[in-house]
Amino acid sequence: MRSETFPRRPFPLHKWLGKALFYGTLALLSLSVVWPFWWMFTSAFKKTYEIFAFPPTLLPHTWNWQNFLDAFTYQPFALHYINSLYIAVLVTLGTLFFSSMAGYAFARIPFWGSASIFLLLLSALMMPPEVTIVPNFILMQTFKLINTHVPLIIIPIFGANGVMSTFMMRQFFLNIPKEIEEAARMDGLNRFGIYWRVVLPMAKPALAAVAILTFLFSWNNFLDPLIYLNDIKLFTLPLSLRNFTDAYGQPQWNIQLAATVMSVLPVLIFYIIAQKQVMESFTSSGLKG
Amino acid sequence: MESSVTSPRLERAPAPKRRISRLALKDALSGYLFITPQLLGFLIFVLGPVAAIFFFSLQSRNLLSGKATFIGLQNYVQLFTHDPIFIKVLVNSLIFTAGLVPLNLVLALVLAIMLARQTFVTGFFRTVFFSPVVTSAVAWAIVWSFMLQGDQGTINQVLKLFGIQGPNWLRDPGWAMFWVIVVRVLKNVGMNMVLFLAALQDLPREHVEAAQVDGANIFQSVRYIILPFLAPTILLVMIITVIGSLDVFDHIMLMTGGGPSNATMVMAYYVYFTAFQLYETGYASAVAVILFLIALGLTILQWSLRKRFIDYEI
Repeated sequence: MRSETFPRRPFPLHKWLGKALFYGTLALLSLSVVWPFWWMFTSAFKKTYEIFAFPPTLLPHTWNWQNFLDAFTYQPFALHYINSLYIAVLVTLGTLFFSSMAGYAFARIPFWGSASIFLLLLSALMMPPEVTIVPNFILMQTFKLINTHVPLIIIPIFGANGVMSTFMMRQFFLNIPKEIEEAARMDGLNRFGIYWRVVLPMAKPALAAVAILTFLFSWNNFLDPLIYLNDIKLFTLPLSLRNFTDAYGQPQWNIQLAATVMSVLPVLIFYIIAQKQVMESFTSSGLKG
Repeated sequence: MESSVTSPRLERAPAPKRRISRLALKDALSGYLFITPQLLGFLIFVLGPVAAIFFFSLQSRNLLSGKATFIGLQNYVQLFTHDPIFIKVLVNSLIFTAGLVPLNLVLALVLAIMLARQTFVTGFFRTVFFSPVVTSAVAWAIVWSFMLQGDQGTINQVLKLFGIQGPNWLRDPGWAMFWVIVVRVLKNVGMNMVLFLAALQDLPREHVEAAQVDGANIFQSVRYIILPFLAPTILLVMIITVIGSLDVFDHIMLMTGGGPSNATMVMAYYVYFTAFQLYETGYASAVAVILFLIALGLTILQWSLRKRFIDYEI
């Protein structure tokens, strides 16, 4: 029972078995994630008949780059790419600015009602976005903003995504030492000066986290484009991807998958390069209010 | 240096009081200015709309014509007495949450415990299991929709090796919900995994090692040391996951469209369906009110549970 009755040889058999079991389980579980990606990336190069082949081929017989070119002629895919990119950039910049400003005020500036207002804002985090889609749609209808990119840009900046970002910025600003602000004040900076010139440059880690989450949110956002856009020229990538169908509404699998790869790959590459940072960003958002 | 010890207010104590309060007032004013854009946006795009759904839910509204007439509580009466789908929607939502949350939590916990030690291999597997989180739901749903097809889908091809002929999963009312849950769990489980991993970083290693020296096997360590240690985090993550499960839309829309025969029609999707496919925005608002009330109830529950069991400040 005790350790001395337990011969501690470096690698007894049961340890090897345990290790095999451990890695075997992991490998098996990871198939459910690895295989979909593998299938997506390889099928993007296959011809249609090969996608349906049984047993499935691990690698395409011929690397059919034509699928990728077809994606651009099938529909204005390049335009969709640009739409997604510029919208995500604007949403990210807007969110960074407004959330850091509000987060700074909530963390460092004493004013009456600060805590209650912040709590009120946090209520946005528990709300499923579907709760507010009808009134927001009618609001945009009233201002003739349906079928424009405006709703896709301003709603994330101020909605749940913006509130989450404000929360993350506030968390960061709570921990900066008071002396820094005091020194800046002695130098004659006003509040905006302190925020813009002193505190914001210190906040790079928090800003990066907010930027990563916001960009991904906008890039992957499906609900808002679905509701607000119907002109194919205005589509973003998530809408575009489900639009690779033939006259009968059946997916053109190989072209669709080539397009899917093109939309997913930049995100995955960034993720693999900066994975620690990305996971930390999500962690800091997950342990929210 | 000294100013770091004494606060500026004390330091300036001899100065006339009014000057200080004017400074504080100016400061407070800048505080309000700083939060104004965020607060205004919140009022317009979140709080205003929440108030609006209560108002709209008392109307018969059409999305296209914009015509609205006041009909009192009729939408609610309709929902609970004359709408055969809505009861199904409530049940489906419950099934969805009750299926998703345990599956997600157990898988996330198992992965986090298995991957807690930092090695090259565990790092690799962490990267793998988290990668669907950053991938778009559309891409994930496209791939899985293919894999769940009747004849050529991967799942059925694998089953065929064992001599089982699987159905067309997403067109089968008995199976569609199951697969939507599984696909969503696989998409999001990495998120909960990293939350558990973050919590496990603070696990006192000595305890586990001491237990192992005492002859505890891995399951005993998990049962008596790791799980009790993680209990507050598990509660927190569970609540986040429950609330998050209310907003399932992407996977339903992309994989089943609420079908087959409404088997995967859940609340969030029903709001969209009644508003943007039937154009009944008044009715959709009534559904949204119910959804909101459920989310609110869960949030209040969350706060009271957290006050009792978790000593985090916000």
